[in-house]
Amino acid sequence: MKTKNPLLYVGLIATLIFSAGPIYFMLVMASRTNNEIVSLPPPFWVGGNLSSNVNRVFDNPDVLFGQALLNSLIVAVVATVCVVVTSSLAGFAFANLKFRGRNAMLLFVIGTMMVPVQLGLIPLYMLMTKLGLNGGLESVTLPFIVAGFGVFMMRQFAEQAIPDEMIEAARVDGASTFRIFFSIVFPALRPAAAVLGLLTFMERWNDFLWPFLTLDAEHPTVQVALSRLSSGYYSDQSLIMAGTLIGTLPLVVVFIVFGRQIIGGIMEGGLKA
Amino acid sequence: MRIRDRFAKTEARVAPYAFVSPFFIIFAIFGLFPLVYTAWVSMHDWSLLAGNQGYVGFANYRELMQDSDFWRALTNTVGIFLLATIPQLILATVLAQVLNARLRAKTFWRMGVLLPNVTSVAAVGIIFGLIFSRDYGIVNWGLGLVGVDPIDWQGHRWSSWFAISVMVDWRWTGYNALILLASLQSVPKELYEAARIDGASAWRQFWSITVPMLRPTLIFVSIVATIGGIQLFTEPLLFGSGVNAISGGNSGQYQTVAMYLVQQAFTGQRFGYASTVAWVLFLIIAVFAVINVALLRRIKSVD
Repeated sequence: MKTKNPLLYVGLIATLIFSAGPIYFMLVMASRTNNEIVSLPPPFWVGGNLSSNVNRVFDNPDVLFGQALLNSLIVAVVATVCVVVTSSLAGFAFANLKFRGRNAMLLFVIGTMMVPVQLGLIPLYMLMTKLGLNGGLESVTLPFIVAGFGVFMMRQFAEQAIPDEMIEAARVDGASTFRIFFSIVFPALRPAAAVLGLLTFMERWNDFLWPFLTLDAEHPTVQVALSRLSSGYYSDQSLIMAGTLIGTLPLVVVFIVFGRQIIGGIMEGGLKA
Repeated sequence: MRIRDRFAKTEARVAPYAFVSPFFIIFAIFGLFPLVYTAWVSMHDWSLLAGNQGYVGFANYRELMQDSDFWRALTNTVGIFLLATIPQLILATVLAQVLNARLRAKTFWRMGVLLPNVTSVAAVGIIFGLIFSRDYGIVNWGLGLVGVDPIDWQGHRWSSWFAISVMVDWRWTGYNALILLASLQSVPKELYEAARIDGASAWRQFWSITVPMLRPTLIFVSIVATIGGIQLFTEPLLFGSGVNAISGGNSGQYQTVAMYLVQQAFTGQRFGYASTVAWVLFLIIAVFAVINVALLRRIKSVD
């Protein structure tokens, strides 16, 4: 029986207004002129300047916004593919293969999820300088091609999705472990891999602190370009809001299309930790 | 045939290590090494441009203890952390309880709650910077309708802390509610049925069943919130504007420790000193995580 308590729905609608409000506000401001933005009362409805504001964002020579979108896409896709592959490999090994030191190593992986490794950013900066990678996209991609969370998540999934008999049978048939992984395990892990991929992509797309410190003016990601837009000498709010809208839109679209899977992934992840 | 068998055996023995090694190698280079090396750099006079200027022992740590800018940043960080986290956990728990009811359009409500988390931290800082703007922000306009004079949100300590906490909570409350919801769903419904038959009010059910059952998850959520909250950086950075945003307001009223760290490292070019800040921040996170667990352990579990 569905609940009929109207109070619950009132509360939920209020929550929804609170959570969607700022995003709607961004859309409104991105479609207005600067004069309208600073007027009182503030505008509440979408105005007619969206396309001209968006054009101004892409034409701005200081922030390279189009380039930034492409850069974010490259960084996020490369990191996502790598995380999914390395996590599937390690997750499978931890779940289905027996080897010395397995439990200790798994404990270490879980430990990495609880340690704020971002605090090592100064030696990381020094390391990237040594490798000659500071400023470029490699520096914001390389450290994130593996993830402890991913390994743990794939292990939990592999443990229930792949019965030991399946692997034994393949071994009797003479298949190598690599062969088993690529022809049996990886296809079976696909649902979890998709969720991990979505979560990783969103995290990389939104990453800020490290890219902000290391990337140079020629290689911005979207988030870094946004911070440059907003910290300019002049305060062009409609330009900033249009940029913010463009930077946010791709993830909102991903979220609307794959919302169910993303929610499933987050709820599973929390349950297992 | 025997050679092939032996090959297969070796392969089966080596493969697991080959499969887990990418994670361990990359993590060792780009995660573990920098974190540990931070302790080493913190014992040196180390400049961004000139490099290592020699070993100084604990001199950086002694200087940090006397550094009033650091203490101010630490006060801001802990203040914002508490101001954000306590209401957030309470709201998330209530919201989880609401979402656990037998609702129509379940997925729709869950997506609505999670929507803010999809927005990037940078975008959140920018949007709320405008919402809390002194002269034409929607918050001050609303306050004006009920006769409150405009507040200079960035200008004062408490008001800036409040605005930044709102940003943090906006982005994370729904996310945490979903994690708590996942754990609520494993609570047997009979427990609530029995309580209802015994005449327990909704409020009573919440405190005597929901909260105790959620304890392990609340501990997990609060540790994650601690790790993130103590490292708060982007929201306060973008809440301010202009080229000097890293100083967190004109008297540092909302500069967090992570902002101070970056300022020391890159504006001040003092890598050694900034590493000291990082290492102390690491210890503070550990201490807060332990306090959190100790506090939440005191919630009675259901017998």
